[in-house]
Amino acid sequence: MTFEYAPAPESRASVSIKPKYGHYIGGKFVTGEKHFPTINPATEEVLSSIALGSKKDVDAAVKAAKKALDVHWSKLSGRERGKYLFRIARILQERAREFAVLESLDNGKPIRESRDVDVPLAAAHFFYHAGWADKLEFAGVGTKAKAHGVVGQIIPWNFPLLMLAWKIAPALATGNTVVLKPAETTSLTALLFAEVCEQAGLPAGVVNIVTGDGSTGALIVNHPGINKIAFTGSTEVGKIIAQSVAGTSKSVTLELGGKAANIVFEDAAIDESVEGIVNGIFFNQGHVCCAGSRLVIQESISDEFIKKLQKRMEKIRVGDPLDKNTDLGAINSRAQLEKIKELSLAGDAEGAERWSPECVLPNKGFWFAPTIFTGVTQSHRIAREEIFGPVLSVLTFRTPQEGIDKANNTPFGLSAGIWSEKGSKILWASQKLKAGVIWANTFNKFDPTSPFGGYKESGWGREGGRHGLTAYLKGVSHE
Amino acid sequence: MSKRIDVKKTYKLFIGGAFPRTESGRTYEVKNSKGVFIANPCMASRKDLKDAVVAARAAQGSWSQATAYNRGQILYRIAEMLEGRREQFISEISELTGVTVKKASDEVEASIDLLVWYAGWTDKISALDGATNPVAGPYYNFTIPEALGVVGFIAPKKSALLGFIAGIAPIIASGNTVIALASESAPLPAMSLAEVIATSDVPAGVVNILTGKTAELAPWFASHMDIDGLDITGLDSKFVAEVKVAGAQNLKRIHSFKDVATPGRILAFMESKTVWHPIGV
Amino acid sequence: MYYGLIDGSDESLKKFLRDLPGVDAVGADSRAAMLATRSIKTTSKRWAIDTAISMVDLTTLEGADTQGKVEALCAKAVRPDPTDLSVPSVGAVCVYNDMVSIARTHLDLIGGKHVPVAAVSTAFPSGRASMEVKIQDTKDAIAAGAAEIDMVIDRGAFLSGKYIDVFNEIVTIKEICGDKAHLKVIFETGELVTYDNVRKVSYLAMLAGADFIKTSTGKIAPAATPPVVLVMLEAVRDFYEMAGVRIGVKPAGGIRNTKDAIKQLVLVNETAGPEWLTSSLFRIGASALLNDLLMQRMKMDDGYYASPQYVTID
Repeated sequence: MTFEYAPAPESRASVSIKPKYGHYIGGKFVTGEKHFPTINPATEEVLSSIALGSKKDVDAAVKAAKKALDVHWSKLSGRERGKYLFRIARILQERAREFAVLESLDNGKPIRESRDVDVPLAAAHFFYHAGWADKLEFAGVGTKAKAHGVVGQIIPWNFPLLMLAWKIAPALATGNTVVLKPAETTSLTALLFAEVCEQAGLPAGVVNIVTGDGSTGALIVNHPGINKIAFTGSTEVGKIIAQSVAGTSKSVTLELGGKAANIVFEDAAIDESVEGIVNGIFFNQGHVCCAGSRLVIQESISDEFIKKLQKRMEKIRVGDPLDKNTDLGAINSRAQLEKIKELSLAGDAEGAERWSPECVLPNKGFWFAPTIFTGVTQSHRIAREEIFGPVLSVLTFRTPQEGIDKANNTPFGLSAGIWSEKGSKILWASQKLKAGVIWANTFNKFDPTSPFGGYKESGWGREGGRHGLTAYLKGVSHE
Repeated sequence: MSKRIDVKKTYKLFIGGAFPRTESGRTYEVKNSKGVFIANPCMASRKDLKDAVVAARAAQGSWSQATAYNRGQILYRIAEMLEGRREQFISEISELTGVTVKKASDEVEASIDLLVWYAGWTDKISALDGATNPVAGPYYNFTIPEALGVVGFIAPKKSALLGFIAGIAPIIASGNTVIALASESAPLPAMSLAEVIATSDVPAGVVNILTGKTAELAPWFASHMDIDGLDITGLDSKFVAEVKVAGAQNLKRIHSFKDVATPGRILAFMESKTVWHPIGV
Repeated sequence: MYYGLIDGSDESLKKFLRDLPGVDAVGADSRAAMLATRSIKTTSKRWAIDTAISMVDLTTLEGADTQGKVEALCAKAVRPDPTDLSVPSVGAVCVYNDMVSIARTHLDLIGGKHVPVAAVSTAFPSGRASMEVKIQDTKDAIAAGAAEIDMVIDRGAFLSGKYIDVFNEIVTIKEICGDKAHLKVIFETGELVTYDNVRKVSYLAMLAGADFIKTSTGKIAPAATPPVVLVMLEAVRDFYEMAGVRIGVKPAGGIRNTKDAIKQLVLVNETAGPEWLTSSLFRIGASALLNDLLMQRMKMDDGYYASPQYVTID
C-alpha cells in the first residue's frame, strides 16, 4: 500500500504583487529609474519589476533618514518608539499568511518553512526589541550610550523577511533610522514590509527601503551620511566592506559565511541525530550561513549512521514551494545553482562519493536534489568552501579531540552542532569549539533573545539578545 | 420621550477565570467622592480567598512553563484590550474619585503604558538577573531566575488602576499567579479590569481579584500556607508587623514598593537557581 | 530462538536493552510535530479515511458491558454505515474475554466472519494478578474464539528493572497463543513515561515474540501520543533490519478524530514505511473515532459537513 500525498497547495489569493515597484523613501513609494525583473525560482515566472537604486535614490534615502532622526525620532521617548515596534510585530502576525506566501514565491523556500519559521520569527524579533526601546538603561550599556544615527543595512536572499527583522528591529529600538537594501533576487517582502510601516503609522523616513544590486549596496556602504553599516552576506563581500569603511568613523557589523561541523559522537541519540543532520543541511535548501554542511561523525558508528541518513533522505519531498508537504524547495537563482553544481563536480573530481535519493525534479525552475558526499577529508574543496546548497560533506573522526580539531580547522566560525547523550562531553566540546553559535542535540534554532554571530571569518558582532543590541549604540563596544 | 434608564452593573469576584459572587453573600457600599451610591461590590470572605488560592495554584504550573514570549504577548494583549476600553475606565475613575477627566485620562494612559512596559520584560529579566558564573573548577555553572509560585497582592487604596496594575503585571510577568485584593474604597477599576483580563487570553486562575475589607482579609493572606509571596504595598502600616509575623510561618517573601515601574517588582517574586555541571569528555 | 539476538538470559537481555541508543525527547517531539503538519487532502485523504476505518479495532471495555452492548458493537463493526455499504468493515472487535464468545457468535451470524475478535487479557488493564490467573485468562479467550490476544505487561516489574520477568511473561503467553491467535503486547506507555523506556520495552516485547506492540489500555492518559508512536515505529523499522520480521504497531487511546488518525498514518508512512500501511501491521484502538471517520467520508462524498445524526451511535 502506498500513501501518496495529493497536491496540497497553499493559495496565492492572499498576495497581490504589483507589476512594478519603486523604492520606499521618506514615507512615500517613489518611482525608480532603471528596473530589472524578479522571478519565482521554482517556475522562472516573472513576478515583478524591481528598481535599481541609483546614487540619487541612496542620497534621497539617507537624507530622509537623517531628517526623520533629527526632527522626530531622536526626540521620541523610548516608550513611544517601542510602541511602533509592537504595532509592527502585531501587524506582521496579522498578515502572516500573506507574507509567508509571498516569501515562498519570491525565494523558493517551502511554504511550511516560511509559514512556521520565517514569518513567526520575524514578528517575534520585532516584539522582543519593542520591549528594549524603553529599557536601554538596563541593557548593561551605561547611561551615556546613544544611537549611531543613520544606519545602512544590506541583507541577503536566504531569509529575506527574517533578515530584515534582525536588522531593523534593534536599529529602531535603540533610536537609529534606517536605509535598508534587500537582496536583488528577493525584494518583495521588504517592499510589502513598507506597507506594514505605513499601517503602523511609523513616522516618515524612519525606515527607508532602497532596492538594487551590489552597486546599490556599495553606494550605501560608502555614503558619508551613514554612521553604521550592518551587512549579512558572503565573507568575500564582507571583507570588501570592511576595507571600504577602514579609515572612516563608520561602525560595522558583519554576519558572513560558514562551513559548520555537525559532530555526531558514538553515544548520540541516533534517530534524533539523523533528524538533526537532515535539518542542518536541507532546511532552507542549505541556503543557510550556519548550515551544518559538514557531518563530522565518529568512525565507530559512521556506516550504520550513513545508512539511516540515506533512508531518511529518501523521505525528503522536493517540489513546489507552495505545496504544504514540500520539504525541499527551489534553489534561489540560476547563479546559485551553477555554483552548487560546480562545487559538487569538484567533489566528484576529488574522489568523494556522491549519493542522492531518487528525485523527480521539475522541468522549469532551479533544482538540486539533496546530496551527500562520503569519503570527504579536510583537503577536499567541498570540506572547505561554502556550497550554500543542499549538499552535505561527510568526514569521520576517531577520538573526541580529533573531531573538535577537524571542526575547528576552517577559517569560518559561525556555528557547530554536537550530538551526544553525555552532558559533560557536550559542555567540553562547546568549550573547545571556535564557533559563535553551538547547538547541542538540536540545530538551526533561532530566537530573538539568543545572540547569533560568528568567530573568525564568519563576521563581526552578534545579532539578537542583549549582545546584539549593543552594536546599535555608540560608545558601548570597541570602535 | 423619557430619559433612558441604564442597566446597572453587578460587580462580582474574579476567580479561576469566572465571575462568582462571594460565598458569604455579603456586600458593602461604595460611594463616590460626593457621597453618592455607586455600587455594592462583594465583601469577599476567607473562603473566597481559599478558592482563589486553589485556582491560582492550579494555574501556576503551566503559566510558568509558557514561554516568556507567550507571557509577554498576553500582557500586551491586556494593554490592547484596556486601550480599547479607555473611555469606560476614564469615566469610572473620574466618577468614583472625583478627579478631572484629564487626570483620570492620564492615569488610564499611564496604566496602559505600564502594562506594555512590563510586557517587554518577560523575555529580558533573565538577561538582567541570570548569569554564568566562572567557578574555579571544570564546571559549567549558571544562575537562572525562576517564578516563585502563588503571590498575594494588597492593592493601594488610591491609584486604583495604575497602582493595581503596578502590582499584578510584574507578578505575573515572570510566571507567578496572583490573588489581588482591590482597594477597599475604590474597587471598581480593578473589577472592570477583571473583565478586560477575561478577554485577553489570560489563562484561568493566573489573575484572581477579590473585593472586600482589607483589615478582615489581610491576616488570611498572611497566614495562608499555600501563598508563597505577598506584595503589601496597599497595606496600612499598622498591620504590617502582624502580617509579617503570620507570613513567617511559611517564610513568605513579603515586600512593598514605592515605584510603579521597576524590574525590582518582578525580581522580588523570583527565586535564583544555580546549576553545576562538569565539563569533560 | 529470540531471532538469534539474545540468549534468553537476564544478562543477555539487560545488555541488549542497555546498548540501545537513547531517545532525545525534544527531538522526538519535534519530529512528530513536523509530521503532523503534513496536509493530506482530496484523493489521499479519502484513501487515508478508508484505510483508517479498516484498521480500527472497535472496542468496548466497560464493566457494564452486556450481550446487547457487544452485539450492537459487532453490527457496527461489520457495517459501520448501513446507508453506504462501500464502507469497509473495521479491523477487529475488541472486548473483555468473557464477552468473546458472544462477539464471535454474533459476528458469524451477521456476515462478519472476516472480522476477528481480539480479547484483552492477562488481568487487563492493571496486569496485577498471579501468573496462573493471567494464563487462564488467555486460555479462556482463545477457547471462546479470540483470534487476537491483547495482553498487558507488568509495568511494576518493568519500572523496578525486572526486565527478565516482563520478558518471560510475554514468552509464556505467546506460547499459549501458538498459531491460534496473534499476540499484541500492551505497554501502557503513560505509566512508563519516558521515550527511553518505550524504546526499551518495544525491543523487549519483540524479542519475546510479540506480533504487535501496543501503546496503551486506553484507561489512562496520556495514551498514544504521536512521539510515543514514532518511537515504536522506529523500533519495528529497525527490528526488521535486525531480524527480518515485521512486527505490527497499535496505538490505542486518545485518537478521537479523523485528523488524529491521519496523523498516525503519516507517522507510519514516513517512519516504518508504506509496508506497514495495512491492517495486518497497523491497528488503531478506538471507539468514537469511527463515527468521525464516517462523517469525514460523507463530507468528501457529498461536499458538505455531516451531522452526528446521520451516523449510528452503535
